[in-house]
Amino acid sequence: MAEIAGSQLPINATKLNVKSRSPWQEAWERFLKNKASLAGMIIVILFLLLTAAASLVAPHNPLQLHSGKGFLPPAWVEKSANGKTGDPEFALGTDTLGRDVLSRVIYGSRVSMIVGFVPTIIIILVGSLIGMIAGYYGGNWDNLLMRITDIMYGFPDLLFFIIVLVALRDSWLGQLMNGLFLLFFALAIVNWVGVARLVRGQVLSLKEKEFVEAARSIGVKDSRIMFRHLLPNVLGPLIVLTAFQIPQLIITEAILGYLGLGLRPTTDPNAFFITSWGSLLLDGQTAINAQPYILLAPAICVALVVVAFTFVGDGLRDALDPRMRGTQ
Amino acid sequence: MTTYFLRRILWMIPVLFTVALITFVLMHAAPGGPWDRDLSARQVDASTQKVLNAYYGLDKPLWRQFVAYVVGDFTKEGKFDCGLVCGDLGPSYRIRGRSVQDILFEPPKGKSALYSRFGYSWRLGLLALSFAALIGVPVGVFAALKQNSWVDYVSLLIATLGISLPSFVMAIFMIIIFATGLHWVSVVPKEWDNIKAWILPGAVLGFGTMAYAARLTRTSMLEVLRQDYVRTARSKGLHERVVVYRHMMRNALIPVVTILGPALAALVTGSFIIETMFSFPGMGRAYVTAISQRDYSMIMGTTLIYVLLVSIANLTVDFLYVVIDPRIRLED
Repeated sequence: MAEIAGSQLPINATKLNVKSRSPWQEAWERFLKNKASLAGMIIVILFLLLTAAASLVAPHNPLQLHSGKGFLPPAWVEKSANGKTGDPEFALGTDTLGRDVLSRVIYGSRVSMIVGFVPTIIIILVGSLIGMIAGYYGGNWDNLLMRITDIMYGFPDLLFFIIVLVALRDSWLGQLMNGLFLLFFALAIVNWVGVARLVRGQVLSLKEKEFVEAARSIGVKDSRIMFRHLLPNVLGPLIVLTAFQIPQLIITEAILGYLGLGLRPTTDPNAFFITSWGSLLLDGQTAINAQPYILLAPAICVALVVVAFTFVGDGLRDALDPRMRGTQ
Repeated sequence: MTTYFLRRILWMIPVLFTVALITFVLMHAAPGGPWDRDLSARQVDASTQKVLNAYYGLDKPLWRQFVAYVVGDFTKEGKFDCGLVCGDLGPSYRIRGRSVQDILFEPPKGKSALYSRFGYSWRLGLLALSFAALIGVPVGVFAALKQNSWVDYVSLLIATLGISLPSFVMAIFMIIIFATGLHWVSVVPKEWDNIKAWILPGAVLGFGTMAYAARLTRTSMLEVLRQDYVRTARSKGLHERVVVYRHMMRNALIPVVTILGPALAALVTGSFIIETMFSFPGMGRAYVTAISQRDYSMIMGTTLIYVLLVSIANLTVDFLYVVIDPRIRLED
């Protein structure tokens, strides 16, 4: 268009010199302009790198017991409540058994990150499939979904997790992967409902649009309409929801770990998942009078990651849907 | 309208029933009975277990047990022992000789109902909610009136942190700062008659709601700020105070009421973490103790109470919403 116009005009100045950009590129540029979101993203990436390189970064073996050096406060503390002085070798001190807290926190990030991401993937896949079917076909499927959601909304999430974990923790299901599998399962089984509801709502309004009607009129199959025409349009809200879902799961893991219901801390040197931030918080809570500093590092990590993800989510929402800017 | 709320109230019954069923099935799916994992390491021998099982009706088939739990059952003497429908939550498996509702609702001898476990939790929740409303709403109003000033930015920052940070992480920071650092309060308060002990748990529990209320108040105040009727009120020469209180806030606070439901639910579920962290003698800590002791009947009973509370809270908020905003008409 621009070129034809340009060749016909005597002056070449009107030639449009703008590269075409997809909506995704535009959204990405809007996202990069948001400083808080960018900072959040950098923090998330740093934590992911830390998780990936845990064995290289950690100063000590997280399982090694340093005898005689139990309950040390962080290095900067001159004299803690139990009369011990910090040792520069253990930057954040040691726990009851003399294990390095910093190394344990670094290894603990593995669990928090995996608990943030793996159930989210399951939730998104299952939730959007069910939401899509319910929204597109309506009728009984839709009714069934809405009734399930009603019940799920009446049941506070955390209570459900606790009950599932208490009941099945000692069964074979709860033993898989040191309890991690059951944790994934419990988190996924509750949270798909929110995704399904979101997708259903979007599909309900989208399926009345002209482009769907056009597709149907030329005989496109239902499955193709759902995945090629509807799904890309739901993707935006879905990405935003994902960004808010991940920190929610990390918090839940920390709470459940704190209640002693998450991953079982292991002493097996070959284990990949050694401890979690939640379990570390529990360690800190049990020794709160003698050694409150153990609580500090995992609490700061949870706080940082959660706030970082929230900023990323806020930025994504503003970037993907500029109309929603500034609304909650 | 009446039909709508009647249906909502009736809908609570299947919800509670399903929750009871799920909880019941899961609690019984747990390997081992309630007796063979006594944490006090007092092993119960086989014959005693049999007697105990017979006493608590655990030798009956599972469906009979469920019916007995929900509706009730005949005792050996032929007397009908009413179950959940009469508010009977059954006996605790760990604290022998006491029923679940006794543990939760019975105050210590000579004290009022406020001193039962439920009473303590109720008071803490009320404190947290008033903290949230009395600080969150004025902060939001003030931030909106001074939009883009430093007051606005600081309150927005705190609000963002308050919304995204979970209350139990906040509790850890508070304990480290005020209890182990500054020694203003003791880490584990023993005396709950002293109001000072209540400040930290109340503030921590209410912080998230406070932040949310502040942010929502700000957003809706900013919207109202540009309305024509506000300009009219100003041009009439009304006092600024009258404009803010009578014309703006009345309308701006409607959306804030809607968050009360989720807020109450968050207070309920947040309470058991906070109560445990501060060794608060409420229902939440009883729940966490029951979890660690695998006291199935106690876990089940407390879960049902929590679910009932959340449902009632949601219903009340929907009702309030209609009362406050006459434009909202819920379809029957």
